[in-house]
Amino acid sequence: MKKLVITSVITLALAASLHAAPVSFDFKDPKGVNALQFSLDSVLEPIAGTAGGVSGTVSFDPANPAATSGKIVVATKSLVVPNATMTEHMLGNNWLDAAANPEIVFQLSKLEGVSTAGNVTSATATGKFTLKGVTKEIKVPVKLTHLADAFGKRINKPEVKGDLLVLRGEFMIQRGDFGIQPGKNDDKVNPEIKISIAIVGSAPKA
Amino acid sequence: MKRVLQTIALGLFVTTIGFWAFKGAHTGWSQNRVPMSKTDEVTGIVYTVYENRYVPGIDLLAGGVGLASALFAVSFLLRPKNKTDQPT
Repeated sequence: MKKLVITSVITLALAASLHAAPVSFDFKDPKGVNALQFSLDSVLEPIAGTAGGVSGTVSFDPANPAATSGKIVVATKSLVVPNATMTEHMLGNNWLDAAANPEIVFQLSKLEGVSTAGNVTSATATGKFTLKGVTKEIKVPVKLTHLADAFGKRINKPEVKGDLLVLRGEFMIQRGDFGIQPGKNDDKVNPEIKISIAIVGSAPKA
Repeated sequence: MKRVLQTIALGLFVTTIGFWAFKGAHTGWSQNRVPMSKTDEVTGIVYTVYENRYVPGIDLLAGGVGLASALFAVSFLLRPKNKTDQPT
């Protein structure tokens, strides 16, 4: 009986420690849903588009969300707006110069003001944001939703185990701060760009 | 020639407005792909998919109407047919 109790305690402790370990979530979405959305005011109507080339990993521990670390990468050439000519101009030398700056990167440094309610963690993410070769530290209010054992359901294979981590956030940048036509065409294209993210990372269990 | 230019101008004017109105009378820029929102059922993420079709915008309307107006204006610079050339 004593042996059984000890074995049970050790098993529970091991299970708890495994559960508490940080899990690495891959943000290259198998369903292709992940995208960054951007919009900025312009003459006639706001220019709004998306960037679907999202990748990167985030290490998240539901028991210690403040220790979250990771990096999200967006392929610059994946940025599109509904008008083909505008897309061409946006990716060209005068604006994003996608050929010379193939990646837009957010490298998380730390999470601050962390609070968790249920499976949702709210925090302010501080990190280094790189756009058009210019890196600046920014703060982004984020929400991390941990969906335990939801990976299989999402890919229509319930037998496959694994977790999902949904990352949501919204922030503004000044395009001039990142060398995108600084001080130019402000009357035609607003210098302020709104960026929204709602992306999901997967952590299948082997 | 004057009458021909005026007819072309009128045709271009009507066709441009008709095409723009028929394709949805979009008051923004022309679109080569149309964004549509979808929701991922498991995560609740609202994402954008694009349907590849052309929607004419104000730029096409302005271009067509502008060209039609220019043709109409040019038609007035042409000299009317000389009546003395007509057989008597």
